[in-house]
Amino acid sequence: MALNLDLSFLTADVVKANLLPGLYYSLQLTVVTMVCGVVLGTLVALMRLSSRPWLQRIAAVYVDTLRSIPLLMVILWFYLLIPAGFYAFIAGGYGLAHRPEFSAVITFTIFEAAYYSEIMRAGIQSVPRGQVYAGYAVGMTYSQCMRLVVLPQAFRNMLPVLLTQTIVLFQDTSLVYAIGAYDFLKGFLTAGQIYNRPDEVLLPAAACYFVISFSLSMLVRRLQARIQIIR
Amino acid sequence: MIDIKNISKWYGSFQVLTDCTTTINKGDVVVVCGPSGSGKSTLIKTVNALEPIQQGDIVVDGTSISDPKTNLPKLRSRVGMVFQHFELFPHLSITENLTLAQVKVLGRTKDESLKRGMKMLDRVGLSAHKDKFPGQLSGGQQQRVAIARALSMDPIVMLFDEPTSALDPEMVGEVLDVMVQLAHEGMTMMCVTHEMGFAKRVSNKVIFMDAGKIVEDCSSADFFGKPDERSPRAKDFLSKILQH
Repeated sequence: MALNLDLSFLTADVVKANLLPGLYYSLQLTVVTMVCGVVLGTLVALMRLSSRPWLQRIAAVYVDTLRSIPLLMVILWFYLLIPAGFYAFIAGGYGLAHRPEFSAVITFTIFEAAYYSEIMRAGIQSVPRGQVYAGYAVGMTYSQCMRLVVLPQAFRNMLPVLLTQTIVLFQDTSLVYAIGAYDFLKGFLTAGQIYNRPDEVLLPAAACYFVISFSLSMLVRRLQARIQIIR
Repeated sequence: MIDIKNISKWYGSFQVLTDCTTTINKGDVVVVCGPSGSGKSTLIKTVNALEPIQQGDIVVDGTSISDPKTNLPKLRSRVGMVFQHFELFPHLSITENLTLAQVKVLGRTKDESLKRGMKMLDRVGLSAHKDKFPGQLSGGQQQRVAIARALSMDPIVMLFDEPTSALDPEMVGEVLDVMVQLAHEGMTMMCVTHEMGFAKRVSNKVIFMDAGKIVEDCSSADFFGKPDERSPRAKDFLSKILQH
């Protein structure tokens, strides 16, 4: 079986009609998940480091559960379990029409928050105890001390790791294929179907994911080097 | 001004403070000394409730720290504290270090807090460094900024927890100078320190601790001037640190 490689169908029109909307959604999903996931993950990390045992336990169950289930299954479960009415409620007719896309955003945020929370937990613990004392000593409340003293430092210390996790997240967004959301991969697959090249199209798709992820990794590496100099 | 009444504290089953009682009056300069592990740093951290106590009570300017109704952040905002490792906020400039709590805790305006902060920075002789970050300053300079940060809050008392222990020897002097000046101006101070020269010259009261207990609580004139009246443990300590 010779692979008759012919990618000539990938014209500018196809890129514009099929690939760019998919890429746009994949990036959107990545960025929204990163922002919401880091916020939610930070809250979970604070719960996990709280002095109240019941808060610790809730956070631990959340993190351990999500980290023990394959992402693909979480995507499917959320898609099947959240009723259509919910999407109609949050985004009206648009929400109903784009149910897979909305479902993916919610799923990824909740799933990735578990991973981000572990990163933020390490970040918070990397801030010396003396900093917390110093915050309290000038009269800050717990929340002021966290917001103004600990979290900015934790975030800065963990920035390279958070971004690396985000690159992994970008690659994982291709799993929304399973629920039919129109992402970058789906864009390639759709184009492949239209022009009857369903197999070859996976090659340029992989190449694009590689170029994007690899360039971002290089950027993170440079950022890491710069942060190290600042410290 | 500060009444420490029969306080005890445990870490798990290990007792770090045993029935400590002392009083610090307005204008007092109190030096807390003793061998390492004797509970000096723990004692000073209980005064602004950074370390909770399990027994006894501390009353700071009429406010009990163990009363559940006490607003601890508010109490702490009136008590200045200087740490062994400076603990300036490394992600903020010197100016921001000086103004942050004034704005966020005391509710002062930006201008007001900047004015106050710069005055204190000038006082410790570091005005030229206002736009730098803590990491760009030497240890001695950082500690002076830390003192300025605490003074910016207009505290009623200053707590020093081994302020010179983490410094290179040639930087100890500049920090002690600031502290001496502060003492001469009448600031109420409680200092955990091994600087016996400072204790002798500036303090009016010495607390000597050993194994979590206050062993000596007397005027500094007596502590240094009448060694024969001291407990054997204090005598031993003094003989070790004064012979060099």
